[in-house]
Amino acid sequence: MTVAFWVLAAAAVVFGFGVFRLNSMAQVTFSLLASFVAVAGLVLLLGLSYLGVVIVLMMVIEMVIMAVFMIMYMMNPAGLMPMAMYHNKPGAMAISVGTFVLLATGILLVDWPRRTGAPAPDLTFALGRSLMGEQMLTMMTLGITLFATIVASVVLATGRGRYDRLGDDLDAPRADDPLGGGVGR
Amino acid sequence: MNEPMPIPAQVTLPWWWALLLPLVLIAAAWAVTAFDAVVTARTTGRRGGFAVPAREVARLLVGQRRRTVAADPVLWRAGSAVLPVAAVLAAVVIPLGARPVADLGIGVVWFNAVEVLAWAAVWMAGWGPNSVLSLVGGYRFVAQGLAYELPHMFAIITAALGAQSLRVTDIVAAQHDLWFVLLMPVAFVVFLISTAAMAFWGPFDAPVAADLAGGAAAELSGADRLLFSGGRWMLLTTAAAMAVPLFLGGGAGPLLPEWAWVVVKTAAVLAVMVWARRRVPRIRMDRWTEISWMVLVPLTLAQALVVSIVVLAQGGL
Repeated sequence: MTVAFWVLAAAAVVFGFGVFRLNSMAQVTFSLLASFVAVAGLVLLLGLSYLGVVIVLMMVIEMVIMAVFMIMYMMNPAGLMPMAMYHNKPGAMAISVGTFVLLATGILLVDWPRRTGAPAPDLTFALGRSLMGEQMLTMMTLGITLFATIVASVVLATGRGRYDRLGDDLDAPRADDPLGGGVGR
Repeated sequence: MNEPMPIPAQVTLPWWWALLLPLVLIAAAWAVTAFDAVVTARTTGRRGGFAVPAREVARLLVGQRRRTVAADPVLWRAGSAVLPVAAVLAAVVIPLGARPVADLGIGVVWFNAVEVLAWAAVWMAGWGPNSVLSLVGGYRFVAQGLAYELPHMFAIITAALGAQSLRVTDIVAAQHDLWFVLLMPVAFVVFLISTAAMAFWGPFDAPVAADLAGGAAAELSGADRLLFSGGRWMLLTTAAAMAVPLFLGGGAGPLLPEWAWVVVKTAAVLAVMVWARRRVPRIRMDRWTEISWMVLVPLTLAQALVVSIVVLAQGGL
């Protein structure tokens, strides 16, 4: 347990630092992914298996998509040339190291309370109960807000919407697509 | 620090199965490769094909590593190596008979999380060699991933919903009276389709297609190529084997022991996939995205709704 904790903790920090040291955008992305996977391992060590595995699932998908977007939008053509991953190096370094030191001293100095309750027998179930029980309204509001944001951003970003494809009254018999196929509407 | 939940000893296989599992998976993938080679040989009017996997493995093991200009060797090698590792990790929750190697309480989520590593693997293998064709192949797989992943998750979660558990052995137990393939046929079909897309197999092999001279695998050679294509076969085998506990009642069946039924059912699923690859023309991932999101996502959601109503009507939760 303790060995696993230290190995994962060291891996999380080393890969996290790699994000600033490596000079390829692709390597940086996967270094960040490795750091997150190590954090997911730490969450698993806490006995929160569902959360830990979901972190892996989400982070892999997210990082691969992020790699695509980062490379697409960076000023450097296709991200293929080596480049430094930091701007304002001294400032960024001061802020990150300062934050780390602050948090670490906080963790070490705070007088943590003793545990009083016992963990639920099935933590995944307890988490589901908590999210879908008392916090249902919050979660629903949050979910709908997030979903509305996604839809709105897609609508704003889309180059060719349904009116371009199917005419102003959406009554064209065939969609006007640069490439045919799909469901053929 | 609280201890993880104790797992009853009889539920999981003995610990040394963890060492045996990669070998079992390699043997199974080997058999599928040989079967596929035999079918290929027959369609071209030749005999044999059994020796193809052995010959390929031997050829790739002694093959030289190809070098490209300004490659990214770290990601390139990692991409090839991650595929077989992901396949083995995904297989630990599959019951080989009555019991899996690890009976995780969140088994189906684990399976899904590990197989998603294929996204990273194929993209890294495509990115690594600094070659246009393989880079295009890597991007193709990411696009395809976005298309298949949502229906895939909904199909898996529908099976979990029917059993009201994320534990794979619970899902098998819940099919005691009725196999889920009958209760949720749409989810089963979508699972098979999205599985083929996940292993870039069958009509979904555009990421490694011949029009890109091999796509993401274009510049792979030697041991790297062996890991990549072997890993892909292992991933396909694992995903097909997962259809058995999720939808086909696990090891349930008359006469034969449970492990034999798992083998028979897995072989049947794989035969369907080998057959489908030869019957269905390759589909472009942008077309597939539209079909997947416009047709399969609503279908799987409707399927999940039907299953939820059935579960509630039976007095679940």
